[in-house]
Amino acid sequence: MKLKKNIAISETGFVFDPNSGDSYSLNSIGKEILELVKLGKSKSDISFHILNKYDADEFTFERNYDDFIDMLKHHKILENE
Amino acid sequence: MTKLRYERPIISKINAGVPDKFGMKTSVETLNQIDTVPVKDILEQYGSPVFVVSEPTIRKTYEEATSAFTSRYPKVQFAWSYKTNYIDAVCRAFHKLGSWAEVVSGFEYQKALNNGVSGNEIIFNGPDKSDEDLKLAIENLSLIHIDHFDELYTILKLAETTDKRPKVAIRVNMNTGIYPQWDRFGFNYENGEAWQALNRLMYSEKVDVVGLHTHIGTYITTPNAYSVAISKLAELATSLKKKFNHAIQYIDIGGGFASKNTLKGAYLPGKDTCPTFDAYADAITGALMSANFAPNELPTLIIESGRALIDDAGYLLGTVLANKRLADGRRSTILDIGVNNLFTSFWYEHEVLPVETTTQQTEDTTLYGPLCMNIDVVRAAVQFPLLQKGDKVAIRRVGAYNMTQWMQFITFRPNVIMIDEEHNTHIIRKAETNATFEAQEVIPEYLKS
Repeated sequence: MKLKKNIAISETGFVFDPNSGDSYSLNSIGKEILELVKLGKSKSDISFHILNKYDADEFTFERNYDDFIDMLKHHKILENE
Repeated sequence: MTKLRYERPIISKINAGVPDKFGMKTSVETLNQIDTVPVKDILEQYGSPVFVVSEPTIRKTYEEATSAFTSRYPKVQFAWSYKTNYIDAVCRAFHKLGSWAEVVSGFEYQKALNNGVSGNEIIFNGPDKSDEDLKLAIENLSLIHIDHFDELYTILKLAETTDKRPKVAIRVNMNTGIYPQWDRFGFNYENGEAWQALNRLMYSEKVDVVGLHTHIGTYITTPNAYSVAISKLAELATSLKKKFNHAIQYIDIGGGFASKNTLKGAYLPGKDTCPTFDAYADAITGALMSANFAPNELPTLIIESGRALIDDAGYLLGTVLANKRLADGRRSTILDIGVNNLFTSFWYEHEVLPVETTTQQTEDTTLYGPLCMNIDVVRAAVQFPLLQKGDKVAIRRVGAYNMTQWMQFITFRPNVIMIDEEHNTHIIRKAETNATFEAQEVIPEYLKS
């Protein structure tokens, strides 16, 4: 799972895809996860990080994480694997 | 180390477009208590979903409505529209405040009697009154509002079999400048049918023509239409006086006042566009006062408003069952509240609010109910906060029509509770169970084995 080249993420959670010209907004956890994805972190690394920092249970986060990744794919922000 | 509050990660596409001139809401509103009773406690005690009726809100709304009219006109009487919400406790709350009963079937008529309403304070409207219903209404000196000529002649026939003189009015339909014009109930004004019906009744000398009634439509946001209606009824009344020297006792303007709910397709929210009771009262009483009634023969003004009096007092509380993604990436949230209980979601954009403060983030969401049917959509598109399975929601302004038009479809109807003036909660209609339905069904012998 890899972020497409040139995807820009601002400090405030604004995402710009120069390939399509589309822009997106992230909430703060979304931004945190996207930055970890950009660093090439695995699902289990990201889960470990988030569950240590935030008050969430493992299943809820897994469910939400998968949904988030699906949306990144839907918006074509991730490279095709 | 204390962990930070978690919220679901989201990414939303930014669509460039023309924003409306009112801008976006800046915060997510929550509804965590009703009359100081915590919503979570109600759900815990009475289950989910659950309807809640606030008696303090009924009283407050009723007082607001009555004072708008009584401060402008000396003789005013409200009659509670049973079909809007005929749960007995709700009806009794209105009767306690001074409302008569307005019913439209034998079933509702019996309910009114059982609620202790005296026969002469029951208004019997509607196209479906059986001979038995009419006999009872005549005996009880109830106010029978005649809908069609077949009913008129039935009453004249029944009048020959009793020593009681039926107390009758006719329902009149008319053009008041609003669309659609309701012409399926009562006798038409413009084509002379209403005057013809009144003549037939007066010449019969077997009934007392005590009033004139109209109901011009529903969710009327143009108070002036009521002025037109009053003027036309007043014309009929003065014609009766002139021809028969007969003064009617009341004019019943019906109901149809809007509530603060937002109709589907409306540009502005209902709470900004709904006329006040003062606006309706001004239009109605102004027209009455300018009509040609002698000061000693001013008719009583009867008002049968239902929706505007009860909508704000009703709440529907429920729970998020699941979140899903639709094929186009839109989020959908499934609630345990569906169109089976929230019938009015077919015509209103109901406000669905989280019970607890969550985040200020929202996503474009479709809210579905729990039914395995495609029609079960509570909101087709709404900016909705990031609720999770098990989170609680509250829908306000559901007091009108939902607790009468709800469907027993796929699942049961839930508990209905009332919060009283001291903020105590009471069940006023028990949730249905399998036993409720088993009691009604009969299995033929040959299918029993």
